[in-house]
Amino acid sequence: MIEIDKISKLYDGVAAVDEVSMTVDTATITVIVGTSGSGKTTLLRMINRLVEPTSGEVRINGKSTHSVSKTDLRRRIGYAIQGHGLFPHYTVARNIAIVPTLLGWSSEKIADRVDELLSLFALEPDQYRDRFPAELSGGQLQRVGVARALASRPDLLLMDEPFGALDPIIRAQAQIDLRRIQQALGSTIMLVTHDMEEAMQLGDRVAVMDQGRLVQYGTPAEIIQKPATEFVVNMVGGVDRSLRLLSLFPVSDFVEEGSAEGESVEANTSLRDALSICLWTGRDALPVVQDGSLLGRVTLDAIRKRAAIS
Amino acid sequence: MKKNVIKWSTIVRVLLVVLLISLVVMPTWFSWAFKPFAPENGPIIYERASLLSLSLSHLGLVALASIAATLVAVSLAILVTRPSGSAFLPLSRTITNMGQTFPPVAVLALAVPALGFGTGPTLVALFLYGLLPIFENAITGFSTLPPATMEAARGLGLSRWQRLIRVEIPLALPVILTGVRLSVVIALGTATIGSTVAAKTLGEVIIAGLLTNNTAYVLQGGLIVGLFAVLIYDALVQLEALLLAKYSISND
Repeated sequence: MIEIDKISKLYDGVAAVDEVSMTVDTATITVIVGTSGSGKTTLLRMINRLVEPTSGEVRINGKSTHSVSKTDLRRRIGYAIQGHGLFPHYTVARNIAIVPTLLGWSSEKIADRVDELLSLFALEPDQYRDRFPAELSGGQLQRVGVARALASRPDLLLMDEPFGALDPIIRAQAQIDLRRIQQALGSTIMLVTHDMEEAMQLGDRVAVMDQGRLVQYGTPAEIIQKPATEFVVNMVGGVDRSLRLLSLFPVSDFVEEGSAEGESVEANTSLRDALSICLWTGRDALPVVQDGSLLGRVTLDAIRKRAAIS
Repeated sequence: MKKNVIKWSTIVRVLLVVLLISLVVMPTWFSWAFKPFAPENGPIIYERASLLSLSLSHLGLVALASIAATLVAVSLAILVTRPSGSAFLPLSRTITNMGQTFPPVAVLALAVPALGFGTGPTLVALFLYGLLPIFENAITGFSTLPPATMEAARGLGLSRWQRLIRVEIPLALPVILTGVRLSVVIALGTATIGSTVAAKTLGEVIIAGLLTNNTAYVLQGGLIVGLFAVLIYDALVQLEALLLAKYSISND
C-alpha cells in the first residue's frame, strides 16, 4: 500500500503540488491524469524522490520514503518514462539487468530474470538479448524500458507517460500488454498521463489533478458519472461522457435471457462497441457468446439505461 | 561497390604506413628522390641524429602532452558540467581560451627562462595549446547527453559516480575523442618548433634544412611529420566511427 500524505512542492513560493493525499492499494493500477502543468509528473517524481517534497510524506507499506537513501529507494521502485531512456551503449540484456546488477544479484539469477522478462514482453530472448537499443523499433524499445523497470521485482512501478511516444495502434497494444503483465505479476503501478481515454482504460482508480491539487480520486465510472468539478467534466470529454462510460463495462454484465438475430459478439466486448454494432447494423439486440456457447443477448435498451445519468 | 571502396582506402593506408616506416628507418633508400633538392655536393639525408630516434621522441612528446591535456581538460569539463560546478564554467572557458590564443612560440620564449632549454618548455606549450579543443568538445559531450537516458539513470537508482562512469563518460566519449584528435594533430605540427629551444623533435631536421638552405632536409622532416599527422588522424577517426557504430546515439 502506498500512502501519500499531504505532500506539497513549492517552486519560488508557488505550489506545483498542493497538499495532495491519496492511498494506493497493492496490486492495482492508479492513473494520475491532468493537463500539462497540473503537477502530475511532479507528484510522481516525489514518490521516488527525483523531486524532494517541500512538505508531507510518502509511505510505502508503512515505511517513509525518507527512511532509506535516495538510491536505495529508487532501486526498490521501478521507473519507466516516455522515450524509454534505455542506455544506448548497453545491450537489451544489460539494460534490463541494470538494477539487479546494482543490487548485487548473481549473474545466473540476472540472466534468468532477463530471459523471463523478455519472454513476458513477447521478445524472443535468443533473438533480442544481445541487440543494442538502436536496432529495435519504438514499440520494442518501450517494452524493454518497462521490462527494465520491473527487473528487480519492485514494490511499486512508476510510469511517466510511458506510451506517449508510440503511435496509436502500438499504443493500444502496449496498454493491453501492461494490463496483462500487471495482472500476471500482481504489480502496483502508478502511471501519469494527459490522456483521459488511457486513464479510463488502464486505471483501477483515476486521480485527476488540476493546478497542483487533486480534484477527484475514484474509479473510472465514478469520475465519469459524478465529476467533482467543471475541470473534470472537461477532462472526461463533456458530451462524450456517455460513450466513455459505456466503454468501461463488458456486455457480459448485461446479458439477459432471450435470442437475437444476426452476428454475435464476444462476452468481453464493451457496451460502447456493442452500441456501435447495434447502430451500424440496425438491430435492437445482439446475441452474446462466450467460448463458442450462447450466453443470451444484450439489448439496446439495456445499453441505453446504463449510459444515462442515474 | 562499397566493398571496393573499403579495399581501396585500406590499400592507401597500408602504402602510407610502409612509406612512413621506410622513410624513418631507411631514409637512404630515398636519396634519389631528395637529391634534386639538396645543394650540390651537400648531404642529402639528415644524419646528425637518426630519424627514428627523432620520430620516437617527437611522438613521445606529443603523446605525453596530449595525455596530460586530455586528463586535465576532461576532468575540468566533468567538474563544470556538474550542477555544483556550473559557476566555474565561464572562468574555465576563459583559461582554456587563453591557452589557445597564446602562440606556442611565445609560450616557448616565456617558458625557457623558467624551465631551461630542452623538452620542458615544449611540453608546456603543447599542453596549453591542446587544452581548448578537448575541453570544448568534452563540455559539448557532457551537456548534450540524451535527457531520457539521464533521467532513467537517476530514476533507476544509479549514484552520481555510477552515472558518470557507466553512462556519461561512455556516451560523451565519441565527442571527446574528436577533440583529442584535433588536439593531437595540432600538437604533431606544433612540436616541430620545439626544436628551436633544443627539444628533440623532427623539427630539428626542418630547422637544420632552413639554416643550411638544404630543401632536402626540410622535405624529409616535413614529409615525416605530415605522414604521422595524416595516419594518426585517420586512426582516431576510425576509432570514433567504431564507437559510434556500436551504439548509434542519433537513433535514440
